[in-house]
Amino acid sequence: MSNSTSRPPLAGKRILIGKPGLDGHDIGAKIIALALRDAGAEVIYTGLRRSSEQISRVAIDEGVDAVGLSILSGSHKELVRDVIATLREAGAPGLKIFVGGIIPREDFEYLKQLGVCAVFTADMPLESVVGQVAEQLS
Amino acid sequence: MSSTAQAGREPQLLSRNRSGVEVPTSVGPGSDSGRIGEPGKYPFTRGIFPDGYKGRLWTIRQYSGFGTAEESNERYKFLFAQGQTGLSVALDLPTQIGFDPTHPMARPEIGKVGVSLSNLSEAEILFQGIDLSKISTSFTINGTAAIIYAMYLAVADKQGVPREKLTGTIQNDILKEYVARGTWIFPVRPSMRLVADSILYANDTTPRFNPISIAGAHVRDAGSTAAEEMAYTLANGLAYVEELKARGGDVEKFAKRLSFFFYVHMDFFEEIAKFRAGRRLWARFMKERYDVQDPKAQHFRFGVVCGGSSLVAPQPYNNVVRVAVETMAAVMGGAQSVFTCAFDEAFQIPTEFSAELAVRTQQIIGYESGIARSVDPLGGSYFLEEHTDRMEEKILEVMREVDAYGGVEKAIEDGWIQLRLAERGMERKLDTDSGKNVVIGQNFFGRPDEEIKVGEVFTLDPTVAQRALEKFERVLQTRKQAEVEASLAKLGAAAAKDRENVMPYLVDCCHAYATVGEMVACLKKEWGEFKEPVNL
Repeated sequence: MSNSTSRPPLAGKRILIGKPGLDGHDIGAKIIALALRDAGAEVIYTGLRRSSEQISRVAIDEGVDAVGLSILSGSHKELVRDVIATLREAGAPGLKIFVGGIIPREDFEYLKQLGVCAVFTADMPLESVVGQVAEQLS
Repeated sequence: MSSTAQAGREPQLLSRNRSGVEVPTSVGPGSDSGRIGEPGKYPFTRGIFPDGYKGRLWTIRQYSGFGTAEESNERYKFLFAQGQTGLSVALDLPTQIGFDPTHPMARPEIGKVGVSLSNLSEAEILFQGIDLSKISTSFTINGTAAIIYAMYLAVADKQGVPREKLTGTIQNDILKEYVARGTWIFPVRPSMRLVADSILYANDTTPRFNPISIAGAHVRDAGSTAAEEMAYTLANGLAYVEELKARGGDVEKFAKRLSFFFYVHMDFFEEIAKFRAGRRLWARFMKERYDVQDPKAQHFRFGVVCGGSSLVAPQPYNNVVRVAVETMAAVMGGAQSVFTCAFDEAFQIPTEFSAELAVRTQQIIGYESGIARSVDPLGGSYFLEEHTDRMEEKILEVMREVDAYGGVEKAIEDGWIQLRLAERGMERKLDTDSGKNVVIGQNFFGRPDEEIKVGEVFTLDPTVAQRALEKFERVLQTRKQAEVEASLAKLGAAAAKDRENVMPYLVDCCHAYATVGEMVACLKKEWGEFKEPVNL
């Protein structure tokens, strides 16, 4: 994703990749984590079945710049709402939130209204995902 | 033309094609080289039955179940009316990982990806009006497989159906959960013990029931190659065989009830070769390593799912064609049961329209195309036999790598296989992004401004969670608390002993209306929880 002559697009950024809820399909989360790392970011992956409180706590303790949430169970609306609410309560309202997974197009707007910067689905090229994250964090 | 003529009848597979040529059921080279063999004979490269699908078509088994038990019960009855020949039960995530509906993390997931089956009363509703002695039920359940199997036995007891008449499958393959699907609960060691407990118990109690379906499907869908899918699955299969042997099981007996489950993706001949190579390897392992004599215990029986991550959201109707090609590969490969994904499954719960089309795809291939007339119709093709040999070599190579690392249990505990898989998934994704891996409508021949348009969208009733919770509370109030506590105490005591089979205690717990969450909590107390390696 990066070449040796230029600074990687996400150099110096810390990003948390979280799996909220009970969904155990983590390959998407891991692929995104690897791609962001290749783009220069320092990536922390939570592992499966994290509550919104656990995700918020790690995000704040680690001082990350962005949180990516991966959800494939269809529960994205409730779970994203919960994580964002918990982050606000915890006093970290400025974090950029990204969501990825099996997300129907008609739900994109709802998620964006909650404060999500961008929604990613499996058919999007990794380069474009990384590019959008970099743009939001620049 | 008339639609009345076919009502209630099974279409027939005719031996003669429309040119009037008698199409043979089986063709061989005349002299058997031993490597390929004949259909129905060791090493079963050409299939486990001499007459292929002539005797019996594969089982059309669609995955469904969502919301409450009542709604799923209705859906099952609908699917039966469409000609489906086996029942397949999907369970929601709380049931799959042993959280009761009242668990704080359960609420958003109740009834989402399957039915909520938190206790026996829900199973009673789910199978109401369905005679368990006449149907075969397949449960996609792993972490809590032993509990759901116990619950199925309890429902059968209540219906008055003798246990030995029960047929069906529980997936019960915990090893791949750690790698790809994520519904693990306990550490690897006690999980292997629970799997062995359920298989040994099922061998004696429900001899026609498949107590495990060793699955490569999820690893594949996450990004592994076809050869890795088969290799990891065979390696896991051998790990279960070792575990069962160590527990005193008789390979000759339990091997007959082992079955397998795979994905079929788009490379037609690769898939066919994968299945033929896997079937031959398994037979060889059983005979050469374990000296298994009964051919039935050498048989590699497998079900498949067509679609999955090979289906994409852009231009969704293209997925109908993909599923048809994949189903043909499954049939050429000799699958015993086929599940076809609905074309809209990449982005929503299938509608009745898309679900019916998925079933029709199988019926068209099974009854119209003539493919099913002859066993292993491609057998003996120079190309396919060579392809099969090369896939076999590749599969063995991956299995040797796992062995060299220290075996599947260690590779999973360390997160080694998980990391390999993530890297492979990344590779596949980059290949798709670059166009090396062609996906029509997505990376070629797509229209950039194209909006995905699908006519109908199935929506899940938002009151599902509330109703499930109300029913759950009612059960807690009406059951006999003393019986629940006594049965759980006995379960805990059995779990604490290494050689005691926990299955009879789980069945008793189910009869007492103990909840899945209570049984899991009881076992966790003895066995602990899996520590997920999150190294990337």
